[in-house]
Amino acid sequence: MADHSSTYEPKSATAKWWDERLPIMRLLSDQMITFPTPKNINYLWTFGGILTVFLLLQLVTGIILAMHYQPSAAEAFNSVDNIMRNVNYGWLIRNMHAVGASMFFIAVYIHIFRGLYYGSYKAPREILWILGMLIFLAMMAAGFMGYALVWGQMSFWGVTVITNLFSSLDGIIPGLGTAIVEWLWGGYSVSGTTLNRFFSLHYLVPFVIVGLVVLHIWALHMTGQNNPTGVEPKTEADTVPMHPYATSKDLFAMFAFFLMFAWFVFFLPDYLGHPDNYNPANPLVTPPHIVPEWYFLPFYAILRAIPDKLGGVIMMFGAIAVLFFIPWLDRSRIRSARYRPIYKWFFWLLVISCLALGYLGAMPAEEPYITWARIFTAYYFAHFLIVMPIVGVLEKPKPLPASISDAVEGGKSSSGASAHKKN
Amino acid sequence: MASDTKDPNRRDFLVVAGNTFAAIGAASLIWPFIAQMNPDAGALALSSIEVDLSPIKEGQAITAMWRGKPVFIRYRTAEEIEAAKKVALDDLADPIARNENLKDPASAPATDQNRTIEGHEKWLILIGICTHLGCIPEGQKISDARGDFGGYFCPCHGSHYDTAGRIRKGPAPRNLDVPVITFITDTKIKIG
Ligand code: HEM
Ligand code: FES
Repeated sequence: MADHSSTYEPKSATAKWWDERLPIMRLLSDQMITFPTPKNINYLWTFGGILTVFLLLQLVTGIILAMHYQPSAAEAFNSVDNIMRNVNYGWLIRNMHAVGASMFFIAVYIHIFRGLYYGSYKAPREILWILGMLIFLAMMAAGFMGYALVWGQMSFWGVTVITNLFSSLDGIIPGLGTAIVEWLWGGYSVSGTTLNRFFSLHYLVPFVIVGLVVLHIWALHMTGQNNPTGVEPKTEADTVPMHPYATSKDLFAMFAFFLMFAWFVFFLPDYLGHPDNYNPANPLVTPPHIVPEWYFLPFYAILRAIPDKLGGVIMMFGAIAVLFFIPWLDRSRIRSARYRPIYKWFFWLLVISCLALGYLGAMPAEEPYITWARIFTAYYFAHFLIVMPIVGVLEKPKPLPASISDAVEGGKSSSGASAHKKN
Repeated sequence: MASDTKDPNRRDFLVVAGNTFAAIGAASLIWPFIAQMNPDAGALALSSIEVDLSPIKEGQAITAMWRGKPVFIRYRTAEEIEAAKKVALDDLADPIARNENLKDPASAPATDQNRTIEGHEKWLILIGICTHLGCIPEGQKISDARGDFGGYFCPCHGSHYDTAGRIRKGPAPRNLDVPVITFITDTKIKIG
């Protein structure tokens, strides 16, 4: 665990000289090589590493794109076209950045649902979870503003619709919403001024994410990783050193994930985007069917499910806000859903609801989609506000294994043992 | 130190006063950093335009640009005006006129008369931005969808407006706004 005492021994005189001045090798050794990792973590635990790599990839490709991009209403669309057609390997860098953002979100959604299933948000990992949610929020801001930079029709109208969400505050204090929206726009409509500031912020936010990730990993290394049993490691036999065990597993998963990434980059670069964004932004014509990027669709479906403007906005932001509170909403003492026979089913109901909302968010705002969106929205909130507190108290959990080693080595003490063979 | 023991709180005033001034100074510096994002002098300067209405025939519409927003100008047919006049105020989702040209735009009822400029009722002049989330409704072109009430239809989330630009169905909360308009002559207007 985090309080594992340092085992680093400088091997040379130079290493010793450094260690007395800036013990960075000691930090890396203690936190990334000898750091004790539960020996039963499965492939769902490899997504933290995948996320880190994708964050770095977005930074590198993004900084290169910024060398060729022009953040003005007149030039933005053309400069992107120029990157695709003329800049040496511009097509590759841009496809990597655009597809990379989608991969980043696929990975973060898996990472979050992993945490939900295995109860990784529960004490003592509340701060770790909240930092993760802040990262998620910052990722959404970065994704939203990045999509705007292309300055195609979807960029323009996506920005118009989403920034206009704030105008619903006029329903609380007349004039407040309008003032905020005009402040965001820097004018009376979305314009080049808006584009310019989005570019500045799109450059900034990923570095904020880097800072948050450092805190996230710091918090992780205070508590240590959770594992599929949710039982904390008790002896040294329950853990293995991070290197080479966790690192090689991470690397293998990363290569598999990169295979999918490369498939999209080289063969389906536009699959996750929208054809309307190949038309330059036109402030006078709204495309008939506006959809945000796929990773916002569940939230967009919630927005549209509510017939009232302010109500829809509140529910949409509420859908994210509620996630911050689940360490306290979940009343069960048991972390892992593996030992929670009732909650387990509700977990899968939540997964289905989120996928369904994602599908419904891409459909036009008409029946029968609206009714279905209302049903799944209701379940989404009920899951966190009703199921989590109540099931946690009512359910009789299965017996926990005495230790991780116990669970892995045949599960003599546990009736849920059949699920353990994977590791 | 000796004086501190005599009157130990004597220096608190200096500390509190000093910190307060530093805090006020720092806080007042935040405002310029926020306000710089508001519409600048250049955006404000674009605040009025003139439009010639003479080429528009009955039943036709044009779209002008004002402050980066489309302004719908429609020469309504007699039937369209008649349809708008017939609507009872109780049937309106938003019963308020939203007409900047009235003395009391926030309370005047949304009658057809209050939605237009006195003496120029055949002209329907509106900010062409859906009051839901800002899309441009359809209905300016003859071939456009005009929704269930014959005025405008916003395809983004399905808002229907009538022939006086009033919201009748869908998620939009307000009638389309009527901007400040001055008729310079019968066929020439100033917007803003
Ligand atoms: C840029 C985005 C993110 C990066 C780079 C990142 C990175 C990491 C890394 C490297 C780990 C350790 C390896 C692992 O257990 O998977 C981790 C763990 C964790 N992350 Fe994230 N993370 C990100 C976003 C999030 C988000 C959005 C959440 C959701 C709240 C989250 C929640 C967690 C939790 C709860 C753990 C502890 C997992 C456990 O040990 O069970 N993370 N993260
Ligand atoms: S923006 Fe017009 S209905 Fe939503």
